[in-house]
Amino acid sequence: MTIDLKTVKHISKLSRISIDDNKAKKLGKDLNSIFSFIEKLNELDTKNTEPLTSIAETTLKLRKDEIKSENIREDILKNSPDKNKDFFVVPKVIE
Amino acid sequence: MMSNITDLKLVELVDKIKKKELSSSEVTVAFIERSKKSKKLNAYISENYENAIKKAKIFDQKPDFKKKLPGIPIAVKDLFCTKNIRTTAGSKILENFVPTYESTVTQNILDEGGIIIGKLNCDEFAMGSSNETSYFGNVQNPVSENLVPGGSSGGSSSAIAAKLTPATIGTDTGGSIRQPASFTGTVGLKPTYGSCSRYGIVAFASSLDQAGPMTHDVKDCSLMLEIISTYDTKDSTSVDFKRENYLTNLNENIKGKKIGIPKEYRVDGMPKEIDELWEKGIKIIKENGGQIIEISLPNTNYALPTYYIVAPAEASSNLARYDGVKYGFRSKGENLIDMYEKTRSEGFGDEVKRRIMIGTYVLSSGYYDAYYLKAQKVRRLIKNDFDEAYKKVDAILTPSTPSSAFKIGEKLNDPVSMYLNDIFTVPINLAGLPAISIPAGHDKKGYPLGLQVIGKAFDEQSILNIAFALEKNISFKNNITDWWIK
Amino acid sequence: MSKNNGEYLIIRNDNKYEVIIGLEVHAQVLSESKLFSTSSTKFGSEPNTQVSLVDAAFPGMLPVINEHCIKQAVKTGIGLKAKINKRSIFDRKNYFYADLPQGYQISQYKDPIVGEGSVTLDMPNGEKNIGIERLHLEQDAGKSIHDIDPQNTLVDLNRSGVALMEIVSKPDLRSLDEVNAYIKKIRSIMRYLGTCDGNMQEGSLRADVNVSVRKKGDKKLGTRCEIKNVNSIKFMQMAIDFEANRQVDIIEEGGSIDQETRLFDTKKNETRSMRSKEDAHDYRYFPDPDLLPLELNDNYIDQIKKNIPELPDEKKKRFIEKFKLSPYEANILVSDIEISKYFEEVSKNSDVKLATNWITGELFALLNEKNIEITESPISSKNLSKLINLIKDGTISGKIAKSVFEIMRDGDKDPITIVEEKGLKQQSDPKELENLINKVIIENPKNVEAYKSGKDKLFGFFVGQVMKNSNGKANPKLVNEILKKKLN
Repeated sequence: MTIDLKTVKHISKLSRISIDDNKAKKLGKDLNSIFSFIEKLNELDTKNTEPLTSIAETTLKLRKDEIKSENIREDILKNSPDKNKDFFVVPKVIE
Repeated sequence: MMSNITDLKLVELVDKIKKKELSSSEVTVAFIERSKKSKKLNAYISENYENAIKKAKIFDQKPDFKKKLPGIPIAVKDLFCTKNIRTTAGSKILENFVPTYESTVTQNILDEGGIIIGKLNCDEFAMGSSNETSYFGNVQNPVSENLVPGGSSGGSSSAIAAKLTPATIGTDTGGSIRQPASFTGTVGLKPTYGSCSRYGIVAFASSLDQAGPMTHDVKDCSLMLEIISTYDTKDSTSVDFKRENYLTNLNENIKGKKIGIPKEYRVDGMPKEIDELWEKGIKIIKENGGQIIEISLPNTNYALPTYYIVAPAEASSNLARYDGVKYGFRSKGENLIDMYEKTRSEGFGDEVKRRIMIGTYVLSSGYYDAYYLKAQKVRRLIKNDFDEAYKKVDAILTPSTPSSAFKIGEKLNDPVSMYLNDIFTVPINLAGLPAISIPAGHDKKGYPLGLQVIGKAFDEQSILNIAFALEKNISFKNNITDWWIK
Repeated sequence: MSKNNGEYLIIRNDNKYEVIIGLEVHAQVLSESKLFSTSSTKFGSEPNTQVSLVDAAFPGMLPVINEHCIKQAVKTGIGLKAKINKRSIFDRKNYFYADLPQGYQISQYKDPIVGEGSVTLDMPNGEKNIGIERLHLEQDAGKSIHDIDPQNTLVDLNRSGVALMEIVSKPDLRSLDEVNAYIKKIRSIMRYLGTCDGNMQEGSLRADVNVSVRKKGDKKLGTRCEIKNVNSIKFMQMAIDFEANRQVDIIEEGGSIDQETRLFDTKKNETRSMRSKEDAHDYRYFPDPDLLPLELNDNYIDQIKKNIPELPDEKKKRFIEKFKLSPYEANILVSDIEISKYFEEVSKNSDVKLATNWITGELFALLNEKNIEITESPISSKNLSKLINLIKDGTISGKIAKSVFEIMRDGDKDPITIVEEKGLKQQSDPKELENLINKVIIENPKNVEAYKSGKDKLFGFFVGQVMKNSNGKANPKLVNEILKKKLN
């Protein structure tokens, strides 16, 4: 299969990464070469194979319902690009 | 004296500090001085020198010799979040990010008396095999000028090989510890998945990522593993198993050990030297009373394609948090979506974007079953291969890489050929197993080559012991000339 | 719209359309801390003060699941008579939004913790079962605030990571009344179980509404539209009514319905397409590699089953059998756990019939008037019980009781004290009553004569006069008896 320019643009939209046409073409070429190498998996019959969702040889551990985090608003907001002492600030969302 | 300190191995330094033959300050200053003279390697992204010297002085005033790393300076890969020390993951998007928290692995180092002297260069978000994707520039392999140090833990392999730090910590998602170790003539171990906590490590591919030591020799490696491998309730995938005193238990007795040789690892076009090296390893095992058994890992060839679905898929989601909202780089945008798209387009480098796109694609509607689900199924087949093999053998011996280090820029325009570099290391991450790479010889260019010992899950002690026996018999010597120091 | 026999149909040009409704209820799990982090879930705190490094998705932060939230989901599943899945998986739902710090929501997709179940609704024309498709656990998002800063959107992550249960119904609902009953029933069950406080004002209970229409008699379901995030029953009903009519209009004009996500504009009372966003909504679900499959064993589930309290359906049955209440009365009294608790406290020590009447009558009127919940009632169950006992043992009449109740409502005073202080005790001494009656007979000779000559209706006049003269304290039953004797 081949990944066309339209698909590349669609993926870039989904990934929230803007790319111009030149980059999209180059990327399309890279993706096609990577996917032609990935297609090798089609040689394998996996009809009766269960997918492996986790490699960790353990069961999910459960935490007690306790509040341990304090108010660390200052720490949380310290690295935010738009300085505001109460909120994270982002450009207006258009609906 | 000063000039010799950096030649000492980690275990030797610990010993000398405990015997008060050296102070933490002397050791810390020595490594910092050498690091300062080695800027040309570009191994560091952030330096913590002043602070480290202060800490060393404090240690010397009230030394605690019960610690396993008493006042030992250590530089770590810049993928570990370190409190109040900038953490970039080699990316522009985190260029100015200063965590207010400490990763569990670095906390373990601090708790044992270690002192962080800096953060080491790496491929952006650990995506790369040559350290060329770092926003902070290429790293030089101390073995030879303009040679890549491997990746993604390239700053770490360069720093340990050049003796800028007595030991270091890397992370390994598809070979990012073992391949650079192999390229620089050093020792690197990827522990079993679940052995080291992932808490506070900038995530690349959550089901594959593991932190691990990179050191001069197997002894140092055992000590570091003892320190960084802890059960952590903050990581749901951390496993509560009985961790050994790896250093205390270390011994070269491999009598009766069954070592598997997978025939699928003899790939076409592999340099003759690597084959010879492998034979050398086999011979040493036999001479030391080990038993060599031919095994088959039939799905080996499918590991790399599987990896290039699973890892990018997880990464595409793990890296969604870098959106310019909470921390890190932000581009000006007319509205929220515009801001996202510009921030991520300018903040990520090409390789990272490429992998995010691959990952997004394989998870997207209509393709999930064909790619992601398929990869998860093949991943089970690969794991089953190892499970079968371990019914017959205790460990597996392979080369670490299909070639030695290559020149900077050599593979930059051919992603697939770059990816092929990890062909021997990737299956181990997919199966979640422990593996160690130790230096075993040189190719005809004089570049180091490594052998990989793969173990059963949580049986790090066995591979350390086998590696220890190999190391003793190989007596590898790294021919590093300090060419970068004028 | 027309309502024939409780049927909800939309009629256009002689075509009758049936409306098919399914609900996805998002219920906030009652817990101290969040689903995957240890920050508080308290409502109404200062912005971003209940945000941990995990909630704000700092690099390297990992989720660790809250055991209590799992238990709450299992409990709710049992309350919905649903299958509890012993193995469930947490997936990532990927999308970008300012108040979604991870860039994905941890949810459950293919393998939810709870499978199929059902709830029973009491409708005027009988019981109706609504199928439950599934219940799964997921994280709540933060809050985007658009109206503080004109240029920017502000983000508060206090809610980010709070545990939600998404309860998905089958498309079994057919009318606005059923939607109302369904939401109330789900809410009631969760409040009985203590798994969700059901507070719609605080957003603890919200729903996405799936609406489709089909010509009555058709078997095939029409194309549905999903209306996102509606936060009151009234708005749900308005949104459904608008949306169903919109769809019928399109079909009547020969068009077809696009499956899409729509938004309900509460100001304009209309639903609006969110199509602009559709493109970006390929959620790319996959199992969260930071978490492992959740495995529950039989013992764990049985243990929870054993501790499930009596739920509304069973309580209703018991009230009818034990207290001989009518189904209607029982329904009202079990509709909310707090009401049922109040009722049981009052009826424990008092006459059940009187308790039922006083709670559903006077007390409910009072609560309604003050717009408060029964938990905030100014009259405690203990004092209401005492008041009822005063009526029952004849100390006061029902009428006096009402005036005592009026005094009680302003400060939960003990009715016994009120009766004593105000001297409201009923006059039941036959001698005294006879005196009162004699006085009335003497003072009204004409009326006595008229009564005796056959004007029976005048009997009420005499009773009224006696009551008036006693300031309402005379025991009406005794007054009746004595008067009858005297006049006949």
